[in-house]
Amino acid sequence: MTARVAVITFPGSLDDRDAMRAVRFMGGEAVPVWHADTDLRDADAVILPGGFAYGDYLRTGAIARFAPAMGAVREHAERGGPVLGICNGFQILCEAGLLPGALIRNRGLAFVSRRVHVRVETTATPFTSSVELGEVLEVPIKHGEGQFVAEPEDIRRIEEEGLVVFRYCSAEGVVTEEANPNGATNGIAGLRGEAGNVVGLMPHPEHAVDPDVGPTGGQPIFESVLQQVAALL
Amino acid sequence: MKRQFQVTVHLKEGLADPQGKAIEDAAPTMGWEGVSNVRVGKTITFSVDAETAASARTIAREMAERLLSNPVIEEFWLFDAETME
Repeated sequence: MTARVAVITFPGSLDDRDAMRAVRFMGGEAVPVWHADTDLRDADAVILPGGFAYGDYLRTGAIARFAPAMGAVREHAERGGPVLGICNGFQILCEAGLLPGALIRNRGLAFVSRRVHVRVETTATPFTSSVELGEVLEVPIKHGEGQFVAEPEDIRRIEEEGLVVFRYCSAEGVVTEEANPNGATNGIAGLRGEAGNVVGLMPHPEHAVDPDVGPTGGQPIFESVLQQVAALL
Repeated sequence: MKRQFQVTVHLKEGLADPQGKAIEDAAPTMGWEGVSNVRVGKTITFSVDAETAASARTIAREMAERLLSNPVIEEFWLFDAETME
């Protein structure tokens, strides 16, 4: 059976179509879900795509977390189902309390749009299970508010419990300040919740699956989750 | 009874505020020396129609805590517009 991956479209989502295309490109079945829907249409995994949900009014993700579909996402997450928040989706997961910390305006204020490298810091998530620990993935970023911050005690807990999934690094895999595009604490580009099934990241793996149009660092992320889900079907 | 409220939200003291920093850097170029601790926040005003002033204030406070601010990164001040307390 083909793995079914739901992609939620909020008013203001931008990357929902690319996320669905990436799912199909990698061999999964993309299931569109509207923000007003109250269920995930029996999907095995769910993606919260990038964009500016509800215009990002008030704060990024602040209004989106109250969307009816987010109730279904929360239930799915509590059952242990894979949840991936990309960019604005990451911001929504933080606002919803499904991930620790928050994302604030980039250091330097500028909107950053370029390719970056991230190092895989843990394989204990459904989105990195097929990746080698320490593997470097090339993926694009495009965000104005991607600086990950959290209370010092939360940062300590995130590091101690191995919740960091991706860290900005050089092409060689070295974590440096120069490689950090937005001032994120400890170069954190993505992290997971305690149970591991909820992952958020600022880079866009859905824009990095097709070798005809760019880097392919997103492929192993989709491969991982499709394999994980297929193993359970 | 309708009460008017104002909530001011700022990034927490310990967090770097890039917008505040940009303003701080701009000030001396305009000739204003000695400007520091610039913080940029937002102000939200609203009315609450409730039985009593106290219950209106409770709603305003809950809203400030759970919707208008994110306790991970922000702090807020709630003002009752009639008394500005």
